[in-house]
Amino acid sequence: MTQRAFHQALLDARRPVPPALTDGAGRPAGRRYAVYRNNVAVSLTEALASGFPACAALLGEANFARVAGRFLRQHPPATPVILHYGAQFPAFLDGLDGLARLPFLADVARLELALRRAYHAADAPPVAPEALAALSAPALSAARLRLAPAVQLVRAPWPIAEIRAYALGQTARKPQGGAQEVIVLRPGYDPAAHVLPARGHVFVSALQAGMALASASLQGGPGFDPTDTLALLLAHGAITRIDTGEPA
Amino acid sequence: MPPSPARHTALPAAPGVGYKPQHYAQILDTPGPVRWLEIHAENYMGDGGRPLAQLRALAERFPISVHGVGLSIGGEAPLDAAHLARLEHLLGWLAPARFSEHLAWSTHDGAFLNDLLPLPYTDATLTRVVDHIDRVQEVLGRQMLLENPSSYLAFAESTWDEPAFLQEIARRSGCGLLLDVNNVFVSAVNLGFTPQSYIDAFPLDLVEELHIGGHDTDEDDHGAPLLIDSHGRAVADPVWALLDHTLARSGPKPVLIEWDTDVPDWPVLAEEARRAEEALARPRLAA
Repeated sequence: MTQRAFHQALLDARRPVPPALTDGAGRPAGRRYAVYRNNVAVSLTEALASGFPACAALLGEANFARVAGRFLRQHPPATPVILHYGAQFPAFLDGLDGLARLPFLADVARLELALRRAYHAADAPPVAPEALAALSAPALSAARLRLAPAVQLVRAPWPIAEIRAYALGQTARKPQGGAQEVIVLRPGYDPAAHVLPARGHVFVSALQAGMALASASLQGGPGFDPTDTLALLLAHGAITRIDTGEPA
Repeated sequence: MPPSPARHTALPAAPGVGYKPQHYAQILDTPGPVRWLEIHAENYMGDGGRPLAQLRALAERFPISVHGVGLSIGGEAPLDAAHLARLEHLLGWLAPARFSEHLAWSTHDGAFLNDLLPLPYTDATLTRVVDHIDRVQEVLGRQMLLENPSSYLAFAESTWDEPAFLQEIARRSGCGLLLDVNNVFVSAVNLGFTPQSYIDAFPLDLVEELHIGGHDTDEDDHGAPLLIDSHGRAVADPVWALLDHTLARSGPKPVLIEWDTDVPDWPVLAEEARRAEEALARPRLAA
């Protein structure tokens, strides 16, 4: 029998167990085949639950298993590197009917994915916290900041950082407020989500795109002050290089 | 790329355990009888962060055996070149004592199914597996070990028994073998053969690593026992007895305790390793 036949019936329980599979005595394999069906569905559901623990908590165990079961059949892993599995999960949740009660779920999934990406991102030693303060005003304006590979941005019309913390039992305070710009930073090895000051998102995006500090600040619009955002980046080891255009 | 630790080039004929991150500090502080560690290759294929930092530190202290679960050696499709390149990168900087994979398939039509799926033991499978192992050993520039699976069913089309099949794969490809004693016990109960006969027929001189682990118990459609290779509990007594039977014939080999789900606290796992250490001492006493 072909692996195609074995594979199709694995992910579709309505298909009959492939013939020519037996127990040790030559009888049809029956529920012995179900061991493999179960292993595939359970192991991938567990991988998703460990990658999206807040989504799992918000949906509850039974609902999460149903959602994960549909996802893993539509989007089985494309590589054996399961630590990256679930990149399409947020978009899949966007397209799912019946989640009207949890309109923020896909954005919480985006935040969880960003945290996981940050966890596995390449290491990069940060500059000293006082490195920016040492620059002259013109040098500071012209400086280009290289950010750590772990830095991730997520923007949502909901307070996703609070919703995630509440779902994981990290706070008893009910999430409040509206749209939120979140940045994931990883000093050392533990990523954490921080709420950015207003318009910090476009500023950090501009830095990541390689813009000089003054130009990136202008992206924030009239009256935008990058001071708080820069302090956040420095304090959490997110700036790994300051390029002043002068020979080092 | 991080600098290669490259301290340990061989596994000792002593107990090892499958590494779990929650045991990191205790393994370094109180390893007890544990002399080497196994890691699953795919868990260390991120770009950086804590997993790789821990692995670098552990490799300074312990010989490491890298166990792949994603190559799909028995797959009908060609090997995944991108995944082979990831393995080459990992083995390149880590320089582990051993690399092993499974007699199984896990990828079809671009989908990775995250399970070790069974193969019919036919001449066609044999040729395909040997071709794939040739390619793996060529790219990695080292010998690999191939592990016997745990079986829940059989293929009507099989024409080889498993020990002979593995022996022939090893003879043609030059790979070594990894003998999972729990898998032998699980398959023997599930398919109705005598586990000791399997061990007696196995080419033990080609075995470079022994594995033991816990299994769960279920039933098939006819009420017959169906053991599941769960790695979620302590090693069962008949599996310890089968390990004794194996070691009495093979002499001391590296013995790995696998405990991957419902992972216990470190002292419980270290106690399993202590039991393996006792088992390893027995054949020498008898000799």
